[in-house]
Amino acid sequence: MIRRTHPALSVWAWLVYAFLYLPIIVLVVFSFNDSRFGATWAGFTTKWYGVLFARTDVREALTNTLTVAVVSTLISTVLGTLVGLGLWRYTLRFRTALTGLLVLPIVIPDVVMGVSLLMFYAFVRSGLERLGWTFDNGFWTVLLAHVTFQISYVALTVRSRLAGYGPELEEAARDLGATGLRSFTHVVLPLALPGVLAGALLAFTLSLDDFVVTYFTSGSGFNTLPVLIYTNVKRGVTPDINALSALLVLVTVVAIVAANALLRPRRQP
Amino acid sequence: MLTVRRFFATLGPGTLWLAAFLIVPALVMLGYSFLTRTDLAQVGGPWTLENWGRVFGYDALFQEWTADNARVLWRSVWVAGLSTALCVLMGYPLAFYIARQDARRKNLLLLLLIIPFWTNFLIRVYAWILILRPFDLVPSLTATLLGMVYAFVPFFVLPVYSSVEKIDWRLLEAAQDLGAPPLRAFMTAVFPQTLPGLVAGILLTFIPALGTFVVSDILGGAKTALVGNLIQNQFGQAGDWPYGSALSFLLMGMVLLGLWGYARRAGQKGLEELV
Repeated sequence: MIRRTHPALSVWAWLVYAFLYLPIIVLVVFSFNDSRFGATWAGFTTKWYGVLFARTDVREALTNTLTVAVVSTLISTVLGTLVGLGLWRYTLRFRTALTGLLVLPIVIPDVVMGVSLLMFYAFVRSGLERLGWTFDNGFWTVLLAHVTFQISYVALTVRSRLAGYGPELEEAARDLGATGLRSFTHVVLPLALPGVLAGALLAFTLSLDDFVVTYFTSGSGFNTLPVLIYTNVKRGVTPDINALSALLVLVTVVAIVAANALLRPRRQP
Repeated sequence: MLTVRRFFATLGPGTLWLAAFLIVPALVMLGYSFLTRTDLAQVGGPWTLENWGRVFGYDALFQEWTADNARVLWRSVWVAGLSTALCVLMGYPLAFYIARQDARRKNLLLLLLIIPFWTNFLIRVYAWILILRPFDLVPSLTATLLGMVYAFVPFFVLPVYSSVEKIDWRLLEAAQDLGAPPLRAFMTAVFPQTLPGLVAGILLTFIPALGTFVVSDILGGAKTALVGNLIQNQFGQAGDWPYGSALSFLLMGMVLLGLWGYARRAGQKGLEELV
């Protein structure tokens, strides 16, 4: 089938793509600019990458970002998958309320979620202080916050993956003599697995990307890369942040291209 | 059947987690909104309605009504609305362009769209400083709008694209065979089929644009302060948590009201398709 597109449509599409890539290209180019002030070109250099690698706060923020992302993804994938399976398997009287609860973290503005958790932690802290315990905002408070917004994405991805299958599948396994656990591990889980993996990938990226919720829940001593970039940008543009951003863009491109190659359905011979 | 045991083995842990870290914090926030600021970022009694009065423009000190908050809210709504409109202008034709390509090109074009979409939000906004500063446009309202459109346009294109993908083009042919001129044929045979994606795309652009403080904070400057910035300020410099709580509730209320209206028309299925 020949698909025609109007030439004006093609021009428009390529203009939009140019718009999408302009800042990214400028960012990468300026990370090699031998000038403290980014606006003018003063020759090619890789020194900002050297400056970047020497910064201990960047290394620490990178470790923090990855630790939070890995641990929160593990927790939210388990909890979210179970919710997704429950939504699929049972007829529920409170289905609408549950769907609403799951949609809430996705639709409420992240600044609202951030500040409400900030106050919640302060509230819990003031309660614990009366018992003689205390805690600082940091790794744990950020971790709990990330799991909270990740659960919904995992649950909804798993549920929509299973949406095409009926409960008969599981019943058939039971009829053939499988125990509850066995039918779960041999029938339900393999069916849900692509959804679980997609949900986990989404949760992981959301954690890496999150600035707002982390900013409000992290306290002063715990930085992730987005928070570090924000505080640096607020102080004024520094070329080593261009280098950091360029590297993160590179990682994103590699990860997406790799995921795309892995997840693409194999062609029939 | 869902027994108590099964509830705790499947839905339980996740829903309890969300109740503990989403609903309880919202209730804490509601409580704080009726308290008074005692010291910097400290709250205490007495219980008061003052913060809510302030949100709606009542100045308790001078006992008069001001329009300052109304202005901020109005600005937030039209900035979000305008950037959404620009996203529609840019993204709607793009979705058609992508959907009309052969499979290989389509895959590549989607990949090219997803790369900026998955690139860190802060970096995407920050990159505009580098471009706009030589033109003396940072901070400005133009920069904020540009940054918002840039940050949110992929959110808009993806749902529209999935609607365009499903279009039954035979309807267009039928309309043309019956003698409809191109624009009329498009509006009657194609446009309605893209409506679910269009509405989802608009919501996915408008809601984050309404709530953001990052774009306006980095690119906008004081004059373009939006409701998000006002909230952030209460938890930063101003250190007024009770007032910030009330403002947050207002913002959340606006978003939920909009979604409720949408869900009433599109039904629960429509709401689920949104996410």
